[in-house]
Amino acid sequence: MASKVLMEALSPTMEEGRLVEWKKNEGDPIRIGDVIAEVETDKAVMELVARAEGVLLKQLVPAGSTVAVAKLVGVVGQPGEDISAMTGGAAAPAATPSPAAVTAPPAPLPTSPAAPPPTASGGRTKASPLARKVARERGLDLGAIAGSGPEGRVVLRDLDKAVPAAAAVFAAPVAGSFEDVPLSQIRKTIAKRLAQSIGPVPTFYLTTEVDMDRTWEAREALNEAGPRNMDPGFRRGDSGGDAGKISFNDIIMKATAAALKAHPACNAWWQDDCIRYWNEVHLSVAVAVEDGLITPVVRHADRKSLREISAEVKELAGRARERRLKPEEYTGGTFSVSNLGMFDIDQFTAIINPPEAGILAVGSIVEQAVVKHGAVVPGRRLRLTMSCDHRVIDGATGAAFLRTLKGMLENPLAIVY
Amino acid sequence: MALLTYRDALNAALREEMALDDRVFLMGEEVAEYDGAYKVSRGLLKEFGPHRVVDTPIAELGFAGIGVGAAMVGLRPVIEFMTWNFALLAIDQVVNSAAKMRYMSGGQVGCPIVFRGPGGSALQLAAQHSQSFESWYAHIPGLKVLTPGTPADAKGLLKSAIRDDDPVVFIEGEMLYNVKGEVPDGEHLVPIGKAEVKRAGADVTLVCHSKTVTVALKAADLLAEEGISAEVVDLRTIRPLDTDTILNSVGRTHRCVVVEEGWVFAGVGAQVVDVIQQHAFDELDAPVLRVTGADVPMPYNKQLERASKADPAKVVAAVKRVLYLA
Repeated sequence: MASKVLMEALSPTMEEGRLVEWKKNEGDPIRIGDVIAEVETDKAVMELVARAEGVLLKQLVPAGSTVAVAKLVGVVGQPGEDISAMTGGAAAPAATPSPAAVTAPPAPLPTSPAAPPPTASGGRTKASPLARKVARERGLDLGAIAGSGPEGRVVLRDLDKAVPAAAAVFAAPVAGSFEDVPLSQIRKTIAKRLAQSIGPVPTFYLTTEVDMDRTWEAREALNEAGPRNMDPGFRRGDSGGDAGKISFNDIIMKATAAALKAHPACNAWWQDDCIRYWNEVHLSVAVAVEDGLITPVVRHADRKSLREISAEVKELAGRARERRLKPEEYTGGTFSVSNLGMFDIDQFTAIINPPEAGILAVGSIVEQAVVKHGAVVPGRRLRLTMSCDHRVIDGATGAAFLRTLKGMLENPLAIVY
Repeated sequence: MALLTYRDALNAALREEMALDDRVFLMGEEVAEYDGAYKVSRGLLKEFGPHRVVDTPIAELGFAGIGVGAAMVGLRPVIEFMTWNFALLAIDQVVNSAAKMRYMSGGQVGCPIVFRGPGGSALQLAAQHSQSFESWYAHIPGLKVLTPGTPADAKGLLKSAIRDDDPVVFIEGEMLYNVKGEVPDGEHLVPIGKAEVKRAGADVTLVCHSKTVTVALKAADLLAEEGISAEVVDLRTIRPLDTDTILNSVGRTHRCVVVEEGWVFAGVGAQVVDVIQQHAFDELDAPVLRVTGADVPMPYNKQLERASKADPAKVVAAVKRVLYLA
């Protein structure tokens, strides 16, 4: 029996998608899991995979068209199968109803067992018991995995394609990874009054100037030493090049994660009826893309080495620019870092990415005359500005976090302390 | 070690046990003068005499009852049914007398008897003579049910059955009598209630017994050609079922197909599936499938008969389904 190919909700907030390109032509054989088309969501270009097998009988919308979630875009079935009942009267732009479809009685749409509703529509994710067990062990979110079994059942082989840490926070955070604290009356009042005054996210800003001399030295030393000396996988003859180099942003990310660990009050989400204090640090990093901005997330940034953070940011940013990020890779952050230092911006304020309660705006490192021990000397200074959601973070709380962060950057050994 | 047919392996087991223990005697239709309808008792009359190898009238209920009585007073009868199809006439003695004697006497009177004979389908013996009854007997508390699939297991299990102090239903594969295999000489005992991994594999477990051991092994050969590694678990004993061996295997392969000659409804495989779903639920990557005889009286027509039986091609198809390859 023929199965419908539907526009699926491929990001948590997607309501419609643009079918960028058909990857299968009419008549092409289809196996479950095959990529049928590429779809641009509100966030990224994603793959629309086959939930049934057979051949692609019909493309119902042309490439380039925008289709609402859960609308029919194509039909998979056996060659020669009569699909007029499915395609007749379809709202799809390119659908040309055949005469048969016009005269055909209004048959109910065939409900093929191989055409499940998209998982994001709220249906239970089908998975083998083993897949459930292994997903639990690996911290995978089954709902984010395309199942290749009958009716989209997630089976063991599908899990091997999934990315462990990334998926963990996307839909259902693991119990124990955060603590929800109900709002006290004073917090409720603060939230209400401030929102009335300034907007839905009452934001205030804290700026501090950091002496970057020692971080500068530390970075030079690290990049001189590694990867030749630091990376066990380094092979003689490798140039190292820029690829393996640690950037200031990497160091700031690492320090921010460590400082958040010390100030969990700033590592939190506003949840309307409570504040969710995270026990894990998932750091969003703003990446400029062609026509906008996206914030891939470095999971468990507090537990990763500088080298790991550096490699991960490079990899995520690269794919972000190609619009190849999966939804679970750009959602679930607990705090953000935005860096415009490379554009010679001395200082700026960044806009909070809800439900996160804070974002750090990083300017450029400026060489200037500073007073040290009563003498004017050349120094390297960096201005950090933190935007705080006042419903979650108070002035003193944010200031304490910034002081720790400043201390770490002025004495980078403190990051690893 | 000797290369013996399944028939001669059974014969050796009977001879050895009768020589060891003079309480053991064989009784049934044509077992003495004719050497048995399937020649399992060949030479035994000559060797042990008419007191221990006894021909009976065609009266299954009667001689099964005599056997139960003999067992109750201390002998160790081996009752041969010419086939298990004819044992339907005697099932009252097996189920209502032998199986319940120890329980109903409060443990005072046991019933160390072996009921044996061929079961399963043969070639064009038609609806009334091509049936598998192991699931019927396995349903009964108080009975042990053994179904050897190889000559070595036939010998080892029959010797264990004769020595067992409780009633044993011993169902031989009618199509297996001519199958040859290596059989250990002398004291070779296969424990009751122990399955055996006949072939190790990693991707799927094939649970089988009696004649379907051959079917499963052949299927495993075909699957190996396609790079699929199948583990073959021969139950050997249906009751008590060796759940450990089944669960160990499924715990490693995560997929299972149960193969049997009998009908699907309430068959042996249904019990195996129940054990797996209860105790290995989280290990399953696919539903357990069953390959059984077709749910019809066995057709006489040769082509229809072939189509009704569990065969390697059906097993291969089921394996591909549990591996999501089909």
